[in-house]
Amino acid sequence: MAPLMWFTLTLLAIALVAGVAMTKLETRFTKGRLLLHVFLVFTGLLWLTPILGALFSSFRPFAETVSNGYLSWPQALTLDNYRNAWSQGGILGGYWNTFLVLAPALVLTLFFSSMVAFAASRYSWKFNVSFLVLFTAGNLLPAQIIIQPLFQMYNRVPLPDVLSNSGRLNGSVWGLILIHVAFQSGFCTFVLSNYMKLLSPELNEAAVVDGASVWVIYSKIIMPLTRPALAALATLEFTWIYNDFFWAVVLEQQGADRPITSSLANLGGEFFTDDNLIAAASVYVALPTLAVYFALQKHFIAGLSLGGSKG
Amino acid sequence: MTTATPSSKAEPAASHEEMTKKAKKKRSLQFHGRDRTIFMLMVAVPTFFHVLLVWVPTLASIFFSFTDWKGFRFSDINLVGFLNYEQIFTAFSRDFFQGALNNLVLLLFLFIGPTVFGMFLAYLLDKNLRGSRFYQSLFYTPVVLSLAVVGFMWQSVIYSTENGLATQLFGAGTDVNWLGNQEYLIAFTDNLGISKNFIAILVAIAWRHTGYIMVLYLAGMKSVDPSLRESSALDGCNEWQAFRHVLFPTLKPINVVVAVITVIEALRAFDIIFVLNTPRRTQVLSILTTNNLLGEGGGNVGRGSAYAVILFLLCLGFVIWYVTNHYRESDV
Repeated sequence: MAPLMWFTLTLLAIALVAGVAMTKLETRFTKGRLLLHVFLVFTGLLWLTPILGALFSSFRPFAETVSNGYLSWPQALTLDNYRNAWSQGGILGGYWNTFLVLAPALVLTLFFSSMVAFAASRYSWKFNVSFLVLFTAGNLLPAQIIIQPLFQMYNRVPLPDVLSNSGRLNGSVWGLILIHVAFQSGFCTFVLSNYMKLLSPELNEAAVVDGASVWVIYSKIIMPLTRPALAALATLEFTWIYNDFFWAVVLEQQGADRPITSSLANLGGEFFTDDNLIAAASVYVALPTLAVYFALQKHFIAGLSLGGSKG
Repeated sequence: MTTATPSSKAEPAASHEEMTKKAKKKRSLQFHGRDRTIFMLMVAVPTFFHVLLVWVPTLASIFFSFTDWKGFRFSDINLVGFLNYEQIFTAFSRDFFQGALNNLVLLLFLFIGPTVFGMFLAYLLDKNLRGSRFYQSLFYTPVVLSLAVVGFMWQSVIYSTENGLATQLFGAGTDVNWLGNQEYLIAFTDNLGISKNFIAILVAIAWRHTGYIMVLYLAGMKSVDPSLRESSALDGCNEWQAFRHVLFPTLKPINVVVAVITVIEALRAFDIIFVLNTPRRTQVLSILTTNNLLGEGGGNVGRGSAYAVILFLLCLGFVIWYVTNHYRESDV
């Protein structure tokens, strides 16, 4: 039990020090506040343990981790894992492949869903609610019921060699882009229609009086006002598409076009796997989403609450 | 979808009050010429892709579930009625019921664990706290990470048999096979129960799910009128009473969303289990589907689709309930 005791005591010590420091920032130093801060720092550190453990091990030679365990004082810190992961894991190529899928998918998803949301929430016509139901329900389907027919469909659609290494939609970036757009537009349509519905109805009427066309109302009036929701969705969808696992695993089995998230698999050996090398690669994989999250935290949280605020 | 009804044609019999309500609701216009074409295209193009790639495959899966197709040529498709479903409930019942039980356990666990703890964290962070944003990030970071990364972290850093953190902290000096131990902790029958390795996976899922729930509740609590809380403090409520009787009832819309998300996520759960999955007793329905469609010994489109349809039917009830609830008195 000794390591557990040391681990807990260390966390507690850090939590106490940080807790006192945080409480000093409060307007009044009370016992309740101190307890609250100590608890939050302690739990927060516990929460970060898997992440910090991976980060820590990425700077150590694997042999050391194997002999002393993940929780041990480092004898040598090195950047070798990062160097090797970069060259062996094809990180740069992975980033590029992800970008090739992510950028068009993100733009098209927002473009498509904003048009449907606009048409169905700003105008009343016979089936406007039906369309919203279709998209909302589509977003809640399990991906497993889609995958097999989609795989078969993609396998039967030929693509010229210029567009695809595989010669088919299957295994090309186009296939991935299409399914991301089709599947994610469900959620985005739902969120955007909720948002656009709340914009003043007079906006449309005033524009019509001025002789504006539907397209002008959409692109020049409604879209600029929807910008907060679009920004929120863009950050959310960025991480969702970037982190996609299921579609990429099934539809990108060939290899050359595989996105960054699958580069971890490239580093696993048949008989021996250097986990610290993979830890370094994990840091490369995680960096873009973490950067986006910390830079755009405000939009991120807004996106989640937009999706959830209307029951 | 071709005709946009003009608002001026609102029934003349309607009362004045109804008329203004209608007028507010219906901002529709009679489109002509180019506007009409553009409006139709704006709806038709996205819908075409959504239906073709989401709904058509869904219907195709339902069809395939009644066939014996192995996934090669269309000419090999034979209709076999309910044979696949029969086999799932007889020959494969052990796999199926263990998988379904795991989904159920996951569902209950998500409600008891991450939902309650996430709500608790949100409540603490909503106390007008210094550094609240910072704490929020600590708990939310796992949600932003790729499942490939999360899977690796738990597999190696935490659950590695010889030198993982969990082994070092709780193993008392010996190796612990966290993810490979198929023993039942709670056994219902010889082949049905909650296995130890599934519990190890539940911990990893909880780790990721809590931050998500926390953010949803935090957003909900932020929109609660602060004077409500002040008045409850004046009334001499203690903290639990104030939470239970004042704050909690106002969170009803968030509770609905969280309930739906939790049910759907518990049924659809795939990624983290797929990464940490060991051959037996940690499967859920989505894993059984995927294994039958693509995994080793796979290529059984018929049976895999039948699993997918069962999963779909389980989700469908909640989807219908949520969607009708949302659009029932819809004013769009």
